Amino acid sequence: MRPLTDEETKAMFEKLSKYIGENIKLLVDRPDGTYCFRLHHDRVYYMSEKILKLATNFSRDKLISVGTCFGKFTKTQKFRLHITALDFLAPYAKGFGVAAKTTQECRRVDPLSIVVFHQADVGEFIRNEDTLT
Amino acid sequence: MAACSVEELLAKAEQEEAEKLKTISVQKELDLDFDVGNLLACDKNRIESRDFKEQKKEDFLRALARDNTQLLINEIWKLPTERVEEAIVAKLPEPATRLPREKPPPKPKPPTKWEQFAKLKGIQKKKKTNMVWDETRVAKNEFNRLKNIARAQKIKTPGVGLLPRTKQSKDELSRAVSVAKTSTASAGRFQDRLPKEKPPKNAGKRRKFEPLIGDFSSEKQKQLELLKVMDSKRPKLDITKAVNKQMREEDREEAASKRKGRKGGAAGRPKGKGGKGKGGRAGGGKAGGGGKRRGKPGKR
Repeated sequence: MRPLTDEETKAMFEKLSKYIGENIKLLVDRPDGTYCFRLHHDRVYYMSEKILKLATNFSRDKLISVGTCFGKFTKTQKFRLHITALDFLAPYAKGFGVAAKTTQECRRVDPLSIVVFHQADVGEFIRNEDTLT
Repeated sequence: MAACSVEELLAKAEQEEAEKLKTISVQKELDLDFDVGNLLACDKNRIESRDFKEQKKEDFLRALARDNTQLLINEIWKLPTERVEEAIVAKLPEPATRLPREKPPPKPKPPTKWEQFAKLKGIQKKKKTNMVWDETRVAKNEFNRLKNIARAQKIKTPGVGLLPRTKQSKDELSRAVSVAKTSTASAGRFQDRLPKEKPPKNAGKRRKFEPLIGDFSSEKQKQLELLKVMDSKRPKLDITKAVNKQMREEDREEAASKRKGRKGGAAGRPKGKGGKGKGGRAGGGKAGGGGKRRGKPGKR
């Protein structure tokens, strides 16, 4: 396990910012505890510092996973985000939608057809009523 | 009376002593042949037949044996002695007599298959010595000796080039090449490579990482700084968003004006917001925040 280097941190933040934009700083700097990213066998894990301190007691080959896995770095050092990060990204997401058409169809379709359904949660209309209409 | 008895006693003691001494020294006509290593004594003296004829041949034999044994033991006493664990031991010489064979001599073994073949082909047995004079080895030994001396006296030696051997291993050659390449003024960074030569895999030093549990606050600071830099670098204006927004605005304007036109009549359409351009909308691009969508503008 080791902390991420600057390049690795940058690559990861770039990827995350595509999904949560500026709110990455809310992951980095949390009011309810110090959380950190650590790299273990090319995978990036997000954990609280007390879990980290406990995890130092395991040898590298015996340690399987710590905290939650956000994603991994490929052989060519590109960051691939995993579904396990969803719980952390969801509250800060820039927007969600369900694809209305398949990927191939999306490409072939005319400009005015619907491709994404924005499924709002219960309070969204009320939250955003100023901006929606 | 007492004096007589004392004298008698003394005389008796002397006699006894003499007798004892007599028994140690044995007189023989011919001296015996001794092989002390085998504890062997050969007596070549003639034996009178009349000694055997009489009834006391047993006594004669016993006396003969005792005499010869005495002589043998005398010989043993002449040998150098040493003390082994509280006993005085004589060191026996090598046995002189060659003893005959205990078992019959070995029969010649039938030749093996190989031996038969070799005999047939006329192959002689060539013995390969594993001692070969090798000058390069001598040179290498010398080199290592000097290196040891340098190491002992802490003298600095230059990095390894090629050892003076006839056959270099691929390993050594590649190492020598990399050392030569790096020993330039700019540490080999601008050296040309051969057309098919691959760049060195672990160029430079070993990577050093931050400690696992460093200072959390400083780590946090660094990450926040990085985020700030990233934000500043990112274009504040998201072009597609701005364009989409602009297009939507224009559509809305047209729709509104159409309605008004239908209602109002000939009032010129207020061109209002057309002139502002992209600058004014800049703030909106980034601060889209919660509800704004990305990607293809779908029909609302």
